[in-house]
Amino acid sequence: MSRSSESIDRSAAGATAVVELRDVVATLGRFPALSGATMRVERSEIVLLRGPNGAGKTTLLRLCAGLVPVVRGEAFVMGHDLSVDRERVRPLVGLLGHQNGLYADLTVAENVRFWGATVGASTAEVDAAMDRMGVADRLADVPVRKLSAGQKRRAALAGLVARRAQVWLLDEPHAGLDQTGRDELDATLQQAADAGATILVASHELDRAESLATRAIDVVAGQTSDGHLS
Amino acid sequence: MRVLRVAWLIARKDLAIERRSRIITNQVLPFAAVTMVIFGFALDANTDVLELVAPGLVWLATMFSLLLLVQRTFAVESDDGALDAMRVAGVDPRAIFVGKAIGLGIQLLVLEVVLLAAAVILYGETIRGSGVVLLVTTLISATCGLAAVGTLYGGLAAGSKGRETLLPLLTFPAVAPVLIGATRAVESALGTGAAELSEGWQWVSLLAVFAVAFGVGGALAFGPLIDE
Amino acid sequence: MTTLDPTDTTGTTTVASSTGRTPGTRATNVIAIATGVAMTWLVLFALVFSPADANQGESVRLMYIHLPTIWVAYLSFTVTAVSSGLYLFTKKQSLGWDRLAGASAEIGVIFVGLTLVVGSLWGRLTWGVFWQWDARLTTTALLFVTYIGYLAVRRLGGSHQQRAKRSAVIGLVSVLLLPLVHWSVRIWRSLHQSPTILDTDLDADIDGTMLLSVFIGMVAFSLLYTWLVMYRTRVMAMEDLVEDQGLDLALAERRAEGVGR
Repeated sequence: MSRSSESIDRSAAGATAVVELRDVVATLGRFPALSGATMRVERSEIVLLRGPNGAGKTTLLRLCAGLVPVVRGEAFVMGHDLSVDRERVRPLVGLLGHQNGLYADLTVAENVRFWGATVGASTAEVDAAMDRMGVADRLADVPVRKLSAGQKRRAALAGLVARRAQVWLLDEPHAGLDQTGRDELDATLQQAADAGATILVASHELDRAESLATRAIDVVAGQTSDGHLS
Repeated sequence: MRVLRVAWLIARKDLAIERRSRIITNQVLPFAAVTMVIFGFALDANTDVLELVAPGLVWLATMFSLLLLVQRTFAVESDDGALDAMRVAGVDPRAIFVGKAIGLGIQLLVLEVVLLAAAVILYGETIRGSGVVLLVTTLISATCGLAAVGTLYGGLAAGSKGRETLLPLLTFPAVAPVLIGATRAVESALGTGAAELSEGWQWVSLLAVFAVAFGVGGALAFGPLIDE
Repeated sequence: MTTLDPTDTTGTTTVASSTGRTPGTRATNVIAIATGVAMTWLVLFALVFSPADANQGESVRLMYIHLPTIWVAYLSFTVTAVSSGLYLFTKKQSLGWDRLAGASAEIGVIFVGLTLVVGSLWGRLTWGVFWQWDARLTTTALLFVTYIGYLAVRRLGGSHQQRAKRSAVIGLVSVLLLPLVHWSVRIWRSLHQSPTILDTDLDADIDGTMLLSVFIGMVAFSLLYTWLVMYRTRVMAMEDLVEDQGLDLALAERRAEGVGR
């Protein structure tokens, strides 16, 4: 599925951006991972963050998730000021980083149910999420340590779905997935965006992700600039 | 209360993981038992001396094993970034603290019972009927305090490299009151060195205050401590 | 919340106003002189004017250091606790409080160490042993280790705000710990009666000059503490400033890296 690279009308009256960053600086210890990030993401967009290793994509995502503090600049997610209100942002977003956040010794079902229950999702919602991510039935009772990378990814995403996160922050989600896995992932992301979620994807997999995204942002040496999709 | 409900979910999750992986049963409990044996070597296995210091040795072995238990309970979280995921999901840090502490506490209790059994077998301790209530109360109140301190400092020491060695340094001075109180209380319960039961109850009140102080203080302090 | 921002002059404006190359200002110099004077008085009184004790002989003179140092140690840990609380619970969360807490704790640790050493010497001379497991000594030893742990936590790294928050929490927890430690040790040692030849208190009707010497000691060491804390806090502020400027450099480098591509 390909999309034309039309830009979103940003001056839509009354529209509050889901994510808005202005000259944001963020550090990992002493190192300025983000040296001046500016971007604006509207609802239901699927934005691709492109950039080489060490560019700051992961830090950018973690900042939007409220995990990394803002050192300079302004950052707003879902209307909340991240310099002041990081904790409030967290339940609204879902972050899938390099790690999956799964407990290796528990089964997929136990993991997803645990994550669902801690945020108050009902059993029905949890089961529906597992179904959608294709980890119900056959995989449900398999301990996570026995799954392939792609299956673990899907299990982690089921947690995101169960939580009904409104902003999805995905760090290289396609990594380690086979063709089918990637297709399924893309379909899920498309569905989520259609249902109103806003999605930021950091990826190296340019061919893959470009066909999915509505827009691209290049991240280089901690700074951002608008990019073009081919 | 929502915090307690989530805490219980977390505690159950930890116990489920232990049931599956059996790390504590296969590694930490044997370690604890071995320390009891090694104490015998170091103290020259003179039965009279051992019987006298047995309560102290039990709690010493508990302290060393506590470090392993704490490291394990937080390794489970940092292995796949689960603690981070909990923070992102907006789980109340107080719930995380209470949940991890409950899980830790239950494992500690099992450990302490095993160590007491070892003391009976290896050091010739006898448990008198009149002291059983005191003994059980001591175990529970001491465990609550140890679990609270362990969880608090464990959360701080977890994660980044070069932090694990911080755990013993922070924990040992902090659990000194428990070591003192629990040993004396157990001495009273067992009647070691002609200690009276009444003294033991005095110590239990100290242990209870400690547990409450660190339970409440820890729950409040945990959030700021694990945040970046 | 600009944490590493060098334009954040919280607590650092006084640094900028110093004229010399050291962190000294007029205030610290005044205190330094006062300390020097007080210390001279102390030496005179402790070694010359006050008499030897009837029981302890000349070794009582160590008390004129020993008592003030433990007093200062308690003072410094109280300051640490209060500034930790002020850091956490004031709206502005000024880093100055964090630096005060850290500086005070560092000095406190040194003074506790000093107390233990001087106390051991005194014990050796008076009782014949370096150490006794009485309530006070044991609590003091645990106090020492607890705050070494606090200092270790301060060194964990990260941004200044992270360090401040973490340390403030641990600072308050340590203060929570102290009464519990004291209580437990005190009951412990009172249950096991040991003859109190180990009493470090001075006799009730002590010589007036000795009392005066102790008092001078308190004043002198308190002044010393004040001077050290002021100095150390300012040095810490300068260290933080240097790190902040490091951030600007790092940012410039990073941005240049991007341009070069």
